[in-house]
Parts: sequence; structure tokens; C-alpha cells
Amino acid sequence: MPQAVLLKDLDYSVLQQCMHCGMCLPTCPTYVETKLERNSPRGRISLLRAVADGELEVSRALSDEMYYCLGCLACQTACPAGVKYAELFETARAEVELADVNDGMQRGFWRWLTLNVIFMKPWLLRLVGRVLRLYQHTKLDVLMRKVRFFGLMPRSMAALEPQTPRISEKFSNELILPLESPTTKPQYRVALLTGCVQDITFSNINRDTADVLLANGCEVVTLPSQHCCGSLHAHNGEVELARELARKQIDSLDLDALDAIITNAGGCGSHLKAYGHLLHDDPFYAAKAKVWDAKVKDIHEWLVQIRFRRPTAGAGVSEVTYHESCHLCHGQKVVNQPRQVLTSIPGLTVKELPESNWCCGSAGIYNITQPEQSQKLLKRKLANLEQTKCPVVATSNPGCHLQIANGLKACGGHSCQEVTQPVSLLAQAYRAEQGVGASGPY
Amino acid sequence: MIEVHVGREENAALVDAAGTRFKLCAVNTASASFIQSLRQVLAPERVLTSDEDLVPYSFDGTAALKQRPGVVVFPLTTAEVAACVKLARDNEVPVVTRGSGTGLSGGSVPLAGCLVICLVKMDKIIELDEKNLTLRAQSGVITKEIDDACAKVGLFYPPDPGSMKISTIGGNVAENSGGLRGLKYGVTRDYVMGIEVVLPDGTQTFLGNKCVKDVAGYSMKDLFVGSEGTLGIITEVILKVLPRPKARKTMLALYDSMEKAAETISAIIAAKIIPCTLEFLDRMTVQCVEDFAKIGLPTDVEALVLMETDGHPAVVEEEAAQMMALAKANGAHDVRAAADEAEGAKLAAARRNAFSALARIRPTTILEDVTVPRSELARMVAFIDDVAKRHRLLIGTFGHLGDGNLHPTFLTNERDHEEMHRIEAALEEIVDETIRLGGTVTGEHGVGLAKKGFLKRQLGEGSYELMRSIKRALDPQGLLNPGKIFD
Ligand SMILES: Cc1cc2nc3c(=O)[nH]c(=O)nc-3n(C[C@H](O)[C@H](O)[C@H](O)COP(=O)(O)OP(=O)(O)OC[C@H]3O[C@@H](n4cnc5c(N)ncnc54)[C@H](O)[C@@H]3O)c2cc1C
Ligand code: SF4
Ligand code: SF4
Repeated sequence: MPQAVLLKDLDYSVLQQCMHCGMCLPTCPTYVETKLERNSPRGRISLLRAVADGELEVSRALSDEMYYCLGCLACQTACPAGVKYAELFETARAEVELADVNDGMQRGFWRWLTLNVIFMKPWLLRLVGRVLRLYQHTKLDVLMRKVRFFGLMPRSMAALEPQTPRISEKFSNELILPLESPTTKPQYRVALLTGCVQDITFSNINRDTADVLLANGCEVVTLPSQHCCGSLHAHNGEVELARELARKQIDSLDLDALDAIITNAGGCGSHLKAYGHLLHDDPFYAAKAKVWDAKVKDIHEWLVQIRFRRPTAGAGVSEVTYHESCHLCHGQKVVNQPRQVLTSIPGLTVKELPESNWCCGSAGIYNITQPEQSQKLLKRKLANLEQTKCPVVATSNPGCHLQIANGLKACGGHSCQEVTQPVSLLAQAYRAEQGVGASGPY
Repeated sequence: MIEVHVGREENAALVDAAGTRFKLCAVNTASASFIQSLRQVLAPERVLTSDEDLVPYSFDGTAALKQRPGVVVFPLTTAEVAACVKLARDNEVPVVTRGSGTGLSGGSVPLAGCLVICLVKMDKIIELDEKNLTLRAQSGVITKEIDDACAKVGLFYPPDPGSMKISTIGGNVAENSGGLRGLKYGVTRDYVMGIEVVLPDGTQTFLGNKCVKDVAGYSMKDLFVGSEGTLGIITEVILKVLPRPKARKTMLALYDSMEKAAETISAIIAAKIIPCTLEFLDRMTVQCVEDFAKIGLPTDVEALVLMETDGHPAVVEEEAAQMMALAKANGAHDVRAAADEAEGAKLAAARRNAFSALARIRPTTILEDVTVPRSELARMVAFIDDVAKRHRLLIGTFGHLGDGNLHPTFLTNERDHEEMHRIEAALEEIVDETIRLGGTVTGEHGVGLAKKGFLKRQLGEGSYELMRSIKRALDPQGLLNPGKIFD
């Protein structure tokens, strides 16, 4: 069986940093589920250290363990010792891919298609989006379900079909001009990253983001065609592809001419802020990547930083609760700002969600790769949501948004009826000031 | 204590004082047939044997100790525990009991190839008896969950070790753990009214009851409190609980010298106040904690003292005011009170992270647990400072000022052998001084493997041998946690 390569190359202090105190255990969703050490942060780190020390081989079981881990980074928040779990996690997943311990042509094919092909080319991703949109709009999906077409597909694929997100009527480039200026003299110039999934399924949220930026004196640059940020690749062991995408991102913008690079998807933001580490030994890009990292801001973080204007009108919603995207709160440590955005809206009561920072089970493509554990986490999230009795939940990551929306749709009779995002509510409030209806200008 | 390899070599047969040979320890490793029998007793998915499953059970919270077990099992009931113990007895395979593995003396570090019985799945609170103020729970229940269950009905389980979010109540009883409230409320032992235990021969028995008074024979339950898994496996506990204090106030006092902090403590006690918490952190510890928790602790201080008083609201107000005045009078350059309970809880939580936060600085963190009579505290802290300087070592110190329990923590790198030698020498000096001052080498973490070498020095021949003869009487085969506390 294969020996470690990447983990051996890793700075040993990263592996050694864990002093196995166990303080992270109660915050780890997989440990809490099974109570087995190998499913805990401390257990996983010990496995990686054993691999690096040559005491353990890179095995299928190790791979399974690293793919059972959500990558939610709750352990990183909990760890007083400052263990860099994100780095260990990404290196470990790259290691198991390198060692090729996961057999199965099918897995290989789907990975190749998504990571090496579709998510590498923005036009291809939009093409896939268009095909899906057509499929949904012509009601072909309903027909397929009626004739039980999915019964003919492999079970795992068939189970996914109802989870396929509703594709937006228009993509971001059809809603946002490449350069939009505020009505008043611009105070800042920012670039807006539209994301991949966000672009084709939640382009309206990108529009909302542009609107709140404009309302706060930001000139907004939005490239019509944008590359994937590469987080999907980095989290799934394709570090080289992630690097390639990071370089493309950096090259796409004139960093000197920008005050900030805005992202509104928690998962992307966390990765976008780590280009410096990803490219640290790239002679040409290392320095640029550092500049890049410093300019990337989550939308809520940026709004609070520039002291965004409190809206004077309400958003047409009276009560909301907030679910935290893991990579926003644990990855980026953006915790209070989204709440500040929500509480700024007149007439809106913000109720705390119990376990608001507990993973909802979306976790990138975890709901596809580990449907069983993903569903357990979703159930837990829905039960917590029910406790708040709030009709609306806000979150700020397309994965969480979809996961919770699908969960609510499937369970029926839940008090919570709607999933939205803090920026959308803020945008609605600003629009209401102008007397524009809740659906906005587009 | 640094490079301890827990292996078969240690399990040799011994000759006791009277010249009779007895086997101190079961010596076999888990064989395929033994594992097969375990699978028949427990559901197969609760018997782990693969490398990937076992490596994460090779250590506990103690630095630089590890050893891979042969098999790890997860019983759900006392009967299942007893069945596993009987199989181990028949096969002469040593048994290491484990809770959450947060121990800091190597107590649940396995022996090579041994059986680990992990109790975390025995996690049911069985009864909360509001009439008798008792709580009955399985051993694997997490400490904090016990207090949370109490809080729901206005009750209180005081012992709160730094690890309470994850440590098991069984582990707490086995280590007789202390916590931040020890000064006023005592330690785990003070709350144990009864235990169910599986003895080394597989017998199940219940020791103690719900009665506040009970003098029927020896207090056997007390023998098992702090026995570190060497005498029996605790499967259930009956705990005493208290009415929850109505009010609580948390304060911080900042000092530019440790002496002044220690003087404040003496003054508070002399004023006939027993606060529930008097914790201190030195400069390095404060910096690490702030670096992690970012709660705005001032980092430019020599000593930070966290004080807490609880009880009737009026008394709390009065005592808090008095304590703050005493702190100022004794040289604190700044004294502040937490705005509300939430802020107080945040401060206490930050203190609980002190040990792990110190690990931010260097790769290996070796924590000590020396305890001296309260009056000797300032002297001991000064001594530790001096040792650090002389041996060119980085030591962060924090601890429980109220009860004289200090945690000097060596920040080092286990791969640097030369430095590890200096640590060994420094440790020797600290232990000698502790004993000279009438203290103990471990106030709350237990002896396990880490303090084994110092035990005889502290206890003296007589009491050391008494302990060993008790072990021998209960566990002649040396089945349970052999090699821990003593050989
Ligand atoms: C960050 C941190 C802070 C800490 N703070 C404190 C503190 O403030 N005060 C304090 O006293 N300790 C503290 N500790 C030490 C440790 O948490 C305690 O000793 C705790 O009681 C261990 O519980 P556990 O469930 O992890 O037991 P383990 O570590 O698994 O086991 C500890 C010992 O008990 C034995 N054992 C466990 N369960 C049983 C059982 N059911 N029956 C018989 N034997 C058993 C084991 O064999 C072993 O010898 C701290 C540890 C950490 C990592
Ligand atoms: S990851 Fe951090 S919190 Fe978890 S065991 Fe390691 S040092 Fe402790
Ligand atoms: S990333 Fe999440 S699932 Fe993975 S070890 Fe950390 S807390 Fe557990």
C-alpha cells in the first residue's frame, strides 16, 4: 500500500500542533454522531500524523475517513491550541487522491467531469445551467418523474434528482452590468465575485449584493464571465487545479484599482482568502496572492467595515433567524456582521437559532457523497429551526440555502417557510425606501 | 516521565515482600480468538480492531505518551462491561478503561495490544431525584451535561474541571477531578454518594447509596474515587447535587507581581470570605488565552486573577464589593467586574482553555500539577520562575490560587532531546521543592504514568506499600490498568 508523500512534506509543526486535549470533540458533528475517535478532529489528526511518521499507510479506510469529515472547520474555531485543521484536511484529501486508493471507474469519471471539466470553464458551467433550466422549464423533469425514468438510473443519482437546484431565469451577467456606479459620488471601488452555483441558481442574490453595495457608495465591477474560485477543487484533493484557478482569478482583476473584492458565498470566501497559502511557493504569484487575500471581504464584513447605512424602511418580514455557514463563521470568523446587517433592518426581530453554527450537512458536495450523514445533520438543523418558530431563516452560502430549502420542502408543515439571505433582506429594505416592491427592480 | 513506552517489558512477574511470586500483570495481547469472543458478547460494530480505528486510541491528553491497543470495545451496559472483563481475565489480557481520553497523567494510555474498554456510549442520565437531591448516571455521561440537566430544575453540580465540556463523569470519579470552584465546593469526591463497579474478577457490585449518613462498614466507594481505573471499572454513579446559587459575580484583578496576587488571596480568606473561584494566570498564559479567545483581556500584566462569588444575591453583592476592595488594597493596579453573567461565563470559559491555549507557542506542552499548602503559594511560583531561568526553559504557569494547585506548563519540543533533558532536571527540582513545602506532586490529574516515578518519594515506604497491597488484594492478576500509579 502507498506511503505518504504530501503529508510527509507538510511542515511537521502543523501536525504536531495538536496536543490531543480533546476540547474540539464536542463541536465536531461527526464525532457527536458516532462517538468514535477516528471520526473526531483529534482522531483524524492522529491518523494523519501516523501516516506522516510512516506508521500507517495511505489506505482506503483513511480516504473514507477524510471524506466522512465535513470540512466544516468547527474544530478550528474550538481549538485553543491553534491547530490549522483546514490545511491538514486539504493536504490529506490531496494525499488520498494522489495515492489513488479509491477505486471505481464511476467515481473517477464523475470527479473528472465535474472537477477537471465543468468547473474549470465558466462557459461550460453556464451551458450546463442552461440545459438544466430548459429541462426544468419545459417540465421535462415532471414528465421524467412520472414515467419513473429515475428508477432506471443508479440509486445514488436518482436520489439526487429532486435536490437539483432550480436554475435562475437569468444568470448574473444578465442582471448586473460590468460596471455600475452609485447615484452619489463613489467612495469605494469594489469587484463583485458572482460564484459558480450562486451564479446559476441565485443570481438574484448577486443582484441584491450589487444593490446594497451601490446604496453604500461603492462602484461595482462585475466581470461578466468569472472562473470558479477553486474551493471545490481544493476541498476535494485537486490542489493543482485549485492553484490554476487561483492564478486565473488573480489575473482577472486589477488589484491596485480596487478597495475590496467582495464575495457573498461563505464557502467561496473562506477559500478566496487563502490564496496566499495556496500559492505561497509560486515565485510569480506569491506576493500578488497576499495582496489579493487582504482585499477579499465577505459582503457582511465589508458592509460593517464601511459603516453601512441603516435602512429607514422594513424588508416586509417581521421575524427572522440566522443559520451560519460553516465557512463564514469557522473559516472566515465572520460571526457578528451578518447579524448586524439583519438587526439594522427596521421592524425585523432577529431570533437566535440554537446551534446556529452547527453544520447543516450541505458541506460542499457532502450531501452528494455522504447522503446519510448529510440527512442526519439536516434533520438536526430543521429541528432547531422549528424551535425558533420563525417563518424565515437567513443564511449566506448557496449550499446551505439549497440544503435547508430542500429540507423544508421535503418535510412539510414546518414553521419556517422561507430561506433568504441577509443581503437580500437589506436590499429589499433599501428598495422599500424608494417605494419599490419586495421583488426588486429586475 | 518523558519518553515512557508502555510495553510488555513492564508487565513482568514480581516477587512480593514475603518472597511469594505473584503475577502483577496479565501479559497477553488480544488474540484473534479473544477478539472473536468479544464480538459474540458485544455487537460486532462495537469491537474495533483496524489500524485506522486503533491509532486514535493510542493516547490521552498527556504529552509524548502513546501506545497502540489491540482492540477497543464500547459496552452499553454494566453487564456488557462485566462480560468483557471476564473474557479478559480468562485470556489474561490487560484492560485499560477509557472515558473521553482527556486525562493528563497518561491514565488511559493503552498497553501494547491490550483491551481498551471505552465507556462513552454509556451516556444515559438515569434519574434526577429532586427529593433527595441526587442524580444517577451512567459513567460515560459528559460532565457538563450533568450540570446542564441539574440547571433545568434549579439544581447544581459544582465540580467543573477545565475539560468539563468533554470529560466523562466516570473519568472525573476515577481521577477525583477538581475544577475552578474547588475552594468553596470541593472536588468530585465530595459529590460521589454511590457507584456501581465491575471488579477485576468480573463481579458487579454497588457501593454506597442515596443516604447522607451511612457508616455501614468501610466507605468502599471512596476507595474507588481517584483509583485511576486500577481497582475496578465504574459503570454508574449516584451524585449529590445542590440548589443552584441564585446569583454569581465574576471579577478580574490585575497585578504587576505575583506576590501581590497571593497577598490578596490571603486577605480574602482572612476576611472570612470563601469565594467559589480564585484562579490565576501568569503573563504568558494570559497572552495565549487572549490570542485564542479575543475577549479583550489585558496582556500587559504579571498576574491576572479571576475571582467569582456565588450564592444569595445580597451576599454576592456584598462579598464582591469586599473582594474588589481587598484586591485594590493589596496592590492590584486594576480591578473590574463582569457586566453580567454571560460576560462572567465568557471569562471562566477563557480560563478553562488556558492549558490548550499555551500549546500555541511550541509543539509540545507538558503540564504539571504540583500543589502546596495555600500559604506557600507565592514562594512556589517564585521558585518555578527561578527554575525556568536557570534551566533556560519556557514555563507558563496558571492554576487554582484558592487551593494551592499550580499548573506550571513546559513549552517545548519533544523532538529536541537536549531540551527534554533540561526539563527532566527542572521537574526534579520542582518536585523536591513541592515535597519540601509539604505539598503533593499531583493535586488533580492523578499519578498514571506521568507521576509514577515521584510517588514513593512523596508517600514514603509505608503508605506506598499499603496502596500496593490494596491493589494486589483486589486485582491479584494485575488485570486493570497495570503499570499505572505504580509497578
Ligand atoms: C484542557 C483540559 C483541562 C483539564 N482541566 C482539568 C481540571 O481543571 N481539573 C482536573 O481535575 N482535571 C482536568 N483535566 C484532566 C482530565 O480532564 C480529567 O482527569 C478528567 O476527569 C478525565 O476524564 P476522561 O473521561 O477524559 O477520562 P480518561 O482520560 O479517559 O481517563 C482518566 C483515567 O480514569 C480511568 N477511567 C476513566 N473512566 C473510568 C471508569 N468509568 N471507571 C474506572 N476508571 C476510569 C482511566 O483508566 C484513566 O486512568 C483537564 C484536561 C484537559 C485536556
Ligand atoms: S485539534 Fe486542538 S482542540 Fe482538538 S485535540 Fe487537538 S489541540 Fe485539542
Ligand atoms: S472539519 Fe468538521 S467534521 Fe471535520 S473534524 Fe473538524 S469539526 Fe469534525
